[in-house]
Amino acid sequence: MSIEVRIPTILRPYTKEQKSVEAAGATLSALITDLDAQYAGLGERLLENGALRRFINIYINDEDVRFLGGLEAPLKDGDSVTILPAVAGGSIDSL
Amino acid sequence: MSLTISRAIVDAILEQSRVEYPDECCGVILGPVGADTPIRHLPMINAAHSPTFYEFDPKDLLALYREVDDKDEEIVVIYHSHTETEAYPSRTDIAYAGEPGAHYVLVSTREEIAPATEFRSYRIIDGVVTEEDVSITG
Repeated sequence: MSIEVRIPTILRPYTKEQKSVEAAGATLSALITDLDAQYAGLGERLLENGALRRFINIYINDEDVRFLGGLEAPLKDGDSVTILPAVAGGSIDSL
Repeated sequence: MSLTISRAIVDAILEQSRVEYPDECCGVILGPVGADTPIRHLPMINAAHSPTFYEFDPKDLLALYREVDDKDEEIVVIYHSHTETEAYPSRTDIAYAGEPGAHYVLVSTREEIAPATEFRSYRIIDGVVTEEDVSITG
């Protein structure tokens, strides 16, 4: 089982600057576990207290994982996963 | 470090800020990979529709990155407006800043300085904000 994962610039220090890496997992959660095993520290940049971080968007093929079951979203061989930093902010001074 | 940008794009962003007032407006300026030159202005929808927060819709965000990749472009500038406060990155702006290679531009069209406006540019890397000069051409 092989899934292509596209890595944004800000997380490439974890992947030796690779833009795209291969990982495996039957769910997004398992995929992140595998990514973190290959690239130590990457998991923590995606998860916080066991949930997806607010600042990060993850897509399976072209769909936001929030609409696919979040961490339980199923994956199959040949799927493509894209990780992007949210573009957001504003004058409000607390999150 | 500095940002060089055309007067036409600066004016278009300030106009967008006025049109979308009181909500914050947002968008990007794209340029060829590696050139650090903002050429193609692309206003984005503030999916938060808020006077104190902006966010690109996740679908728009993915489409943007796909388009940028396909055209061998990069996101040179990410901008948004502060409608009641100074054009300086808030803690929220810093927490979300996820593009270490981008110039983060903030504009302010707040009433207390009208008709003057602010158009300022920053690098935001690992939580550290560094203001840079803005040079406006032709």
